Amino acid sequence: MTIISNVTCPVCGSLCDDLEIEVKNNVVTKVKNACGMGESKFLGYSAHRPSKPLIRKNGELVEVTLADAVKKSAEVLANASYPILYGWSNTCCEASSVGIELAEEIGGVIDNTSTVCHGPSVLSIQDVGYSTCTLGQIRHRADLTLYWGSNPWSAHPRHIERYTNFTEGRFRHSEWHRYLSSLSAYRSKKRVERACKLAEEIHEATAETTAVPEQPRQLPHSLFEKERKMIVVDVRRTRSADIADCFLQVEPNKDYEIFQALRTLLRDDELQVDSVGGVPVEVLEDLVDVLVGCEFGVLFFGVGLTMSEGKLRNIEAGISLVRDLNQYTKFMIMPMRGHYNVTGANIVSTWQTGYPFAVDMSRGYPRYNPGESSVVDILSRGESDAALIVASDPVAHFPKKAVQSLVESPLIVIDPEMNATSLMADVVFPCAIAGVEAEGTAYRMDRVPLPLKKVVKPSRAFLSDQEILRRILREVRRIKKKTAEVVANG
Amino acid sequence: MPSLSVTLLTGRTLRQGQGKEYGKLSDRYWKSVAICEIDPNDLTKLGIKDGKAVRITTVHGSVAVRAVKSIRGSHPGRVFVPYGPWASVIVDPETHGTGMPSFKGIQASVEPAGDEERTLTLQELLHAHYGKPRGSQ
Repeated sequence: MTIISNVTCPVCGSLCDDLEIEVKNNVVTKVKNACGMGESKFLGYSAHRPSKPLIRKNGELVEVTLADAVKKSAEVLANASYPILYGWSNTCCEASSVGIELAEEIGGVIDNTSTVCHGPSVLSIQDVGYSTCTLGQIRHRADLTLYWGSNPWSAHPRHIERYTNFTEGRFRHSEWHRYLSSLSAYRSKKRVERACKLAEEIHEATAETTAVPEQPRQLPHSLFEKERKMIVVDVRRTRSADIADCFLQVEPNKDYEIFQALRTLLRDDELQVDSVGGVPVEVLEDLVDVLVGCEFGVLFFGVGLTMSEGKLRNIEAGISLVRDLNQYTKFMIMPMRGHYNVTGANIVSTWQTGYPFAVDMSRGYPRYNPGESSVVDILSRGESDAALIVASDPVAHFPKKAVQSLVESPLIVIDPEMNATSLMADVVFPCAIAGVEAEGTAYRMDRVPLPLKKVVKPSRAFLSDQEILRRILREVRRIKKKTAEVVANG
Repeated sequence: MPSLSVTLLTGRTLRQGQGKEYGKLSDRYWKSVAICEIDPNDLTKLGIKDGKAVRITTVHGSVAVRAVKSIRGSHPGRVFVPYGPWASVIVDPETHGTGMPSFKGIQASVEPAGDEERTLTLQELLHAHYGKPRGSQ
């Protein structure tokens, strides 16, 4: 039995690097320090994997050799006039790098999952810039954390524990023990409430109630006294909202208005309405007091802002609020990146092409115009004639119209496990899992690079996705050279 | 049959995250994403109980999923479906020139599913919406 420590977790953008993995006979037997998602990844990775590459023949996926699958894929990609290469966020930077080289060679469009995640955030940041820092700075210094349109308890389960309110920083204490006490009090209160409700039900006929809990008209006074505060703003109550010091439930698609209202109040202007986006103006005034009164605040925003009405304009308004706040105190803003290396995919793409996502190489040089060169738009317009998907599952996560277009053309998938996209694919490559069976580099959500470890040998001697991509690239170059020779010889 | 006009939200849940990491073809994944969290009062209005199938319809598509009583707070008129193939067939593909479709805040209607309807498995869903009969490993 071997214990490997300081393992980086290849699941979400928090990229926790303190995992301890116990390995026995090349099988992971125990995972320490990971969240539920991390544990599932390390313990369940071998459950749904094909043993060999697959090619679709007569409607069924059948096993073939790696050489045959590489040859078939290279032929499809070399002969395509407008192929798309999509995914890249659930694998290491090294694989992305080879993917960009391949996209350039075949004149395709290379896009990563940020296009359906924080793509609008990237667009806003390019427009107006942003003030940010590392998660280490936040851990040690932040006394106010604002999660907006984000549910870290479910999507980044250890984010609060490692980087914000439940961590022991150099200059800020953890709120963990205080939270446990309040949780205990809350449970007692709920028990009493349930007992009262039961008693009422016995004595009275139960009347249907449709009452919506009213928003409080002011923020709790205790919020102003706490050393380390956490506020959640979202369209529905989540687990994260339960543990926050204050939860503001806003109406869907109204984030832009609320950001602008906060900016107005920050300038000491008056709002001529009673509420904005479902939040009473008095509460917004209190919120501005809390924001201005902190010593080091941070606004973490999730895809609740990028996926609803306003999209990039919501982020722009959020960044502008933070910029305004920096006239009074120190305030930072950071997107809650989802996939563990979506930040790395943006960074590698920027190094090699100049642009972070949605890069069109069809003219022989990189072009960037999200809305035109982004994959969902290309698919919705039915323009692509082949697709290579690496470490992603667009059939499960793209809108139906885009998926219908994606599965009409030849589809090649490189992924450690079978998923919805593999089921619809024409060529499937199982590969080693980066961060479990292969080494690599990934970028945390604050753009800090961390090494991914190899904790077990790849089962069935699977190659890494970067090695499979290299072989496809080599074969594509061979085909193109041969075609050029045939043309040259008439 | 009762029908409710609602705002559809999609998003991440911890169970969905665990299910996807455990395996997209697993029963665990199916159970975690082919669901719709509905406010308890809205369930009463629809006349159905927790665990029964509901049909969610938007202008972009329609899908049957299992209704789950929402345990956090009251949010009448807002339903939540975790990210996954079931949510994807009803979301808005319009990107408004940004590359990002609209996955949240979509107008939808919810009604109890017909007697013969049930929540499709992943393979059945792919076959029903994307046509090609595809074999799995």
